[in-house]
Amino acid sequence: MALYLRWPAGVIYTVPQSQRFIRAGTRMAEYSFLSLLRNALSGNEDWKPAWRKPDPRPTYDVIVIGGGGHGLSTAYYLAKEHGITNVAVLEKGYLGSGNVGRNTTIVRSNYLLPENIRFYEHSMKLWENLSHDLNYNVMFSQRGVLNLAHTPAQMDEHARRGNAMRHEGGDAVLLGREEVARMVPGLDMSASARFPVLGGLLQPRAGTARHDAVAWGYARGADRRGVDILENCEVTGFLREGERVVGVTTTRGEIRAKKVAVAVAGSTGRVMKLAGIDNLPIESHVLQAFVSESLKPLINQVVTFGGGHLYVSQSDKGGLVFGGDLDGYNTYAQRGNLPLVEEVMSELLAMFPNLARVRLLRSWGGVMDMSMDGSPIITPGPLPGMFLNCGWCYGGFKATPASGWCFAHTIARGEAHPLNAAFTLDRFSRGILIDEKGQGATPKWH
Amino acid sequence: MLIACPYCGPRDLSEFTYQGDANRTRPNPMSNDQSAWNAYVYERVNPAGDHREFWQHSGGCRAHLAVIRSTLTHEIKSVAFAREAAK
Amino acid sequence: MSPRRAHNGGRIDRSTTLRFTFDGTAMTGHAGDTLASALLANGISVVGRSFKYHRPRGVFSAGIEEPNALVTVIKGKLREPNIPATQVELYDGLAVESQNRFPSLSLDIGAANGLAGNLFAAGFYYKTFMGPVAGPLKGTRFWMLCEHFIRRAAGLGRAGHEPDTDRYEKMYGFCDLLVVGSGPAGLTAARRAAAEGKRVFLAEQEPEFGGTLRWKSAAIDGRPAADWVAATLAELRALPNVTLLPRTTVWGYYDDNALGALDRVADHKAHAAIGEPRQRHWTIRAKDVVLATGAFERPIVFPGNDRPGIMLAAAAARYAAEYGVLPGERIAVFANNDSAYESALALKDAGAEIAAIIDVRAGVSVAARELAREAGGELLLGYAVTSTSGARRLREIEVQAFADGKVKEGATRAFAVDCLAVSGGWSPAIHLASQAGHAPQWDEALQAFLPPAPTQSWTGAGAFTGAFSTSAALGDDLAVNEPEIEYEPAPVFEIRPTAKKTGKAFVDLQHDVTASDIRLAHREGFQSVEHLKRYTTLGMATDQGKSSNVPGLAIMAAARGLPILEVGTTRFRPPFSAVSLGALAADRHAHFKPERLTPMHDWHVARGARMYAAGLWYRPMIYGTGGETVEQAYVREAKAVRASVGIVDVSTLGKIAVQGPDAAEFLDRVYTNMFSTLPVDKARYGLMLREEGIAFDDGTTWRLGEHDFLMTTTTANAGKVMQHLEYYLDCVWPDLRVHVTSVTDEWAGAAVAGPNARHVLEACVEGTGVDHDALPFMGIVRGEIAGAPVMICRLSFSGELAYEVYCGAGHGQHVWDALMNAGQAFDIVPYGLEALGTLRIEKGHVTGAEIDGRTSPRDLYLDWMLSKKKPYIGSAMVDREGLVASDRVRLVGVIALDDRPLQGGAHIVERLGEEPRGSIGHITGFCFSPALGKYIALALVKGGKARHGQRAFVSDPVRNRYGPVEIVSHHFFDPEGSRMHG
Repeated sequence: MALYLRWPAGVIYTVPQSQRFIRAGTRMAEYSFLSLLRNALSGNEDWKPAWRKPDPRPTYDVIVIGGGGHGLSTAYYLAKEHGITNVAVLEKGYLGSGNVGRNTTIVRSNYLLPENIRFYEHSMKLWENLSHDLNYNVMFSQRGVLNLAHTPAQMDEHARRGNAMRHEGGDAVLLGREEVARMVPGLDMSASARFPVLGGLLQPRAGTARHDAVAWGYARGADRRGVDILENCEVTGFLREGERVVGVTTTRGEIRAKKVAVAVAGSTGRVMKLAGIDNLPIESHVLQAFVSESLKPLINQVVTFGGGHLYVSQSDKGGLVFGGDLDGYNTYAQRGNLPLVEEVMSELLAMFPNLARVRLLRSWGGVMDMSMDGSPIITPGPLPGMFLNCGWCYGGFKATPASGWCFAHTIARGEAHPLNAAFTLDRFSRGILIDEKGQGATPKWH
Repeated sequence: MLIACPYCGPRDLSEFTYQGDANRTRPNPMSNDQSAWNAYVYERVNPAGDHREFWQHSGGCRAHLAVIRSTLTHEIKSVAFAREAAK
Repeated sequence: MSPRRAHNGGRIDRSTTLRFTFDGTAMTGHAGDTLASALLANGISVVGRSFKYHRPRGVFSAGIEEPNALVTVIKGKLREPNIPATQVELYDGLAVESQNRFPSLSLDIGAANGLAGNLFAAGFYYKTFMGPVAGPLKGTRFWMLCEHFIRRAAGLGRAGHEPDTDRYEKMYGFCDLLVVGSGPAGLTAARRAAAEGKRVFLAEQEPEFGGTLRWKSAAIDGRPAADWVAATLAELRALPNVTLLPRTTVWGYYDDNALGALDRVADHKAHAAIGEPRQRHWTIRAKDVVLATGAFERPIVFPGNDRPGIMLAAAAARYAAEYGVLPGERIAVFANNDSAYESALALKDAGAEIAAIIDVRAGVSVAARELAREAGGELLLGYAVTSTSGARRLREIEVQAFADGKVKEGATRAFAVDCLAVSGGWSPAIHLASQAGHAPQWDEALQAFLPPAPTQSWTGAGAFTGAFSTSAALGDDLAVNEPEIEYEPAPVFEIRPTAKKTGKAFVDLQHDVTASDIRLAHREGFQSVEHLKRYTTLGMATDQGKSSNVPGLAIMAAARGLPILEVGTTRFRPPFSAVSLGALAADRHAHFKPERLTPMHDWHVARGARMYAAGLWYRPMIYGTGGETVEQAYVREAKAVRASVGIVDVSTLGKIAVQGPDAAEFLDRVYTNMFSTLPVDKARYGLMLREEGIAFDDGTTWRLGEHDFLMTTTTANAGKVMQHLEYYLDCVWPDLRVHVTSVTDEWAGAAVAGPNARHVLEACVEGTGVDHDALPFMGIVRGEIAGAPVMICRLSFSGELAYEVYCGAGHGQHVWDALMNAGQAFDIVPYGLEALGTLRIEKGHVTGAEIDGRTSPRDLYLDWMLSKKKPYIGSAMVDREGLVASDRVRLVGVIALDDRPLQGGAHIVERLGEEPRGSIGHITGFCFSPALGKYIALALVKGGKARHGQRAFVSDPVRNRYGPVEIVSHHFFDPEGSRMHG
């Protein structure tokens, strides 16, 4: 039964039905404007933890290694879609300490290849209802992602991709120069522009979300369904019975499970080595991200540059959030170097020469698990009892819902869902590549 | 980062192009051992620690260098000409 | 009562009056003022509004850590938002605006947010705005509606849309020692290193060197500290091995001691001098670094601690001593350490009345007592400030007895003051060290994080290391006369009154994060330092938590019942303080990619060519002659080629000299087809794959000698192919005796194509025959054109009888002119990329649109080029199941059956429906074919050849173009090649 409130005038506000599935005893207060108001009046003293901080149990049905976006959403969908709630999520640091809190928050499904379009479209649909589903406002703002084109050939490439999206049921609009100029003031539309803007490909349903809220919302949602989230619980080894993986050793003791799933993005190489898997089609690279000081609204879409590699949007707080290429070398250090910083700023100003007086507030690095064709891996294996989710390259954040959804299916059923059937580990040896950028086995170019 | 090119001396990162993992050995060209080719083309050790890798001094002498560098600290442990290292 | 200029004192130049405007109101100040000191001198107490509650805020600090007094600096049409008033040097004509207020600073409707303070607590946004599950505002729409207004209320200053016309430049600096900070410790380190003959850079973020010595009363070697600074600076200035960098903030510490520094060259002037940039970005490579970055004073958190008039104690003292400005007439001091007593005396010396010194400690040092006595006013030991009042400026404070970390029940006392100077202890400025070190160390005595163990080559000095006194900073050589005060503070970070109803106690002033927000975060489980930061936004404002970080952590530690040591701190990330994007991009931003022009570029432009960007190159797209459409132009050009002769600039093709005894063997390995069998003076078309068996690049390679080849590549891939060859020679086959050299820029090239091409050459080439015997298909000859040596290869992209004529780049225009002259008799026509594309599409030749990094040679029907006699790069993997699968897209031709244009990127479907569905491929290139009289295209379509003759449809929803097509062979025109062999 849904509770209907009228707030504000004319808007019907409901408590989502998803609450029905919450296990007795784990129920926590629904978040709503009303609960905020009630708590405000009582001095905010009655709020409960967003998720419990339990001690590890000796055994679980499923262990998910990695308390980032993908690990948490996997646990959430295991509970929600498959009724598997005896699940632990193991996080070596604090929850969401990896790329889910380090990305530039872009959500889009504007891919070229059908395997990717279908997967990211599914993700988009989950995003569109995510705040309701989680009873947590992830601030998904469908403000549009605009890819600029600077040459006729680039317009054709954008048309090819936009058409590919449209033929898979996605949304894409090809804009001309004048439409772009109207939509994005501040762009260098001058006659002397080094990279003249001819037009762009807009995905109107794409946009941004509040990255930390996604981690916290999934954590709270999973916790409410009974999942144990174990922070500061670093995996130090795998328990084996013959080939089979039957659990893990951690800094908080030994934990056994029927199934062990790995979703650790940039740390994939490190974790899989503990299981004796020394080689994978993955390289870890650092990607830097940047945020400017807060400004009044200036850029209302996500805009990407076609003369190089750059993407910028403005957060609700007002900071311009942007990034560019990888630094381009293998690393596990969450820090980049100056040449790339200067390159990124040059590209941003080539596009927006009005931003020279805006100031950079903060920069940071995230470690990307770059795959050999630029597309992810969501698969059973490579060892019995084990499941692997990795290879997210730049695409991890927007994939969070679908990645967890597909991975949960794969873990629950022991085989891939059609949406992730192509994201196998053996596609490389078989030559069934999903090479979105057409750059081959050179991860830094994906 | 600063890479000590054996020709040109220590030079800034911006002069170099990363050319990837140097731990792999290309199979005999006549070989049709698909697992060996797969390992060469697609598989990486990707260590968290010292990594043997190629860098090209693309903004300088253009030589490829075999470098051992920590992927945890970016500290460079050794630099040699790739040609000599490969022989 | 309000702040005002003292009658005398300070280091400002009172003889120079500077005019400036604040929100349009004219004011004056003096040379040596900052905007903050000048505003205070003009009696301005409210300078800005806070981020969330829009509360009125005044100047809080005197330095880079300023959270409140942010302004937008206006220069003509250019706006520079979010600049701390403490960092703006006053100049005549300076214009600034306050921020984050509407309609005005004094009347701000956003302040209504403050009325619902508890509602807007940490986590507010995550718990609401989910909106309805049905109706017109379902999904994300309700949130986006709210977001529209939230975005406008948030944000600080407003940036403009005008392009910045100022210049920024970039410098590299190399030194033995970089000293960051020029206080007593920095000056001493610089002086020592300079005396040893080291090359020293001394960077100071403020306009003047000397740090605290410029306003502290300490005497050095019996003379005022400022005199010692002046003498030391004079000494350093005279040395050739010392570079002084004032107004230069070192903001980033990168690998191998590379540091980024921002030099604000001309920000303190109305106009930069001729040749001077506004700002200069330095990349400094230092063998060693001394971090002498000092320390930040931090506040104590108590209810009502954000009223204008409440500021850091040392800042208040600095305004008095350095700028001759009294931040208040009647001042109270609130402290948990001795340093505030020095500040109190400085304020008194400048003419303020000290109403009281309130100290949470029950006992203080003898030195402090002595300072308090000199400063006057009541000394209240074991007391704390528990509330404040005053609307737009502090009017009164209330104090209560305080012991054992708690406010005691009992009577309050009130003091009418207009300024409260607060000191909660000192935090070393360890930001750069944190970027280049391990985790910072908590020091229990100093109640501060001390610098971590370094991971790079730096050492620390002075207050940065926790040695806060001047004598410690200077070392043992100099006699310093300063009060012997104790810097160790009482571990008191927050005052929590016993009374229920009190004001908000702010930790992060700019972001309006209160102590109760931190406790709420704790209650909700956001307890790790990173969760605290992200959930409450503590320390994420423009001041990056320089003064709020430690109090915030202390409050969380108290809530968790843990020592601060175990709670830890967040890692400081670059930049240390904000850096303009313009400086980081420097002048490169329009030019970070160079433009490449062929030797004949000006000629093309003069002939009305519309230029087309092809990678870095510019190439003619069409040559416009009055009133033609693009299609009319290229059709005219292509027709002329097929009918008589045309000429096209092919200088942009990549050209690589492949030389050495093993050159032929190398090419056999690199190309799928054989080159060792190629005779000297012949050329051959070659195809390269990646190891994966995917097509990589194609082009012709000419054998100029037994060991000497000239490889051509596509324009787009020239650099990649070069790097590919170098990689294999260096890393895979070091035994091969081959050298590769990029010679793209050495040669200019022109392709002369058409049935009359040979006649054109005959008319101008000397020293060689060009007839079929002398120059057969794929043959090469050398000769001269108009006196310039040329190399001619007979090869064809257009399908016509055609020649590529190469000469030294310097002769390019000269030879081009000669070819044009010779062609006049045959109505030679220059043609551009569109006509070139038309001719190649008619022939079915592939380019980058088909070799897109995903297609295999079989997809392009180039399997005839895969040698079976030898291995080559890609040979081992080209037969994998995925690359020979039947559903791969393969090259076909397409003819529009509705006589309407097709476009690149359009898709092909088997049938048209309501919605675009069922793509079987896409168009890679199209043209109107003059030879066929139809719109034709090349396409990659599933099934390829098997579909020849089939009907399909073009489906181009993003351009709304649908229509019937026929799939045909990609060899549209002269499939036998009779014309080019003719």
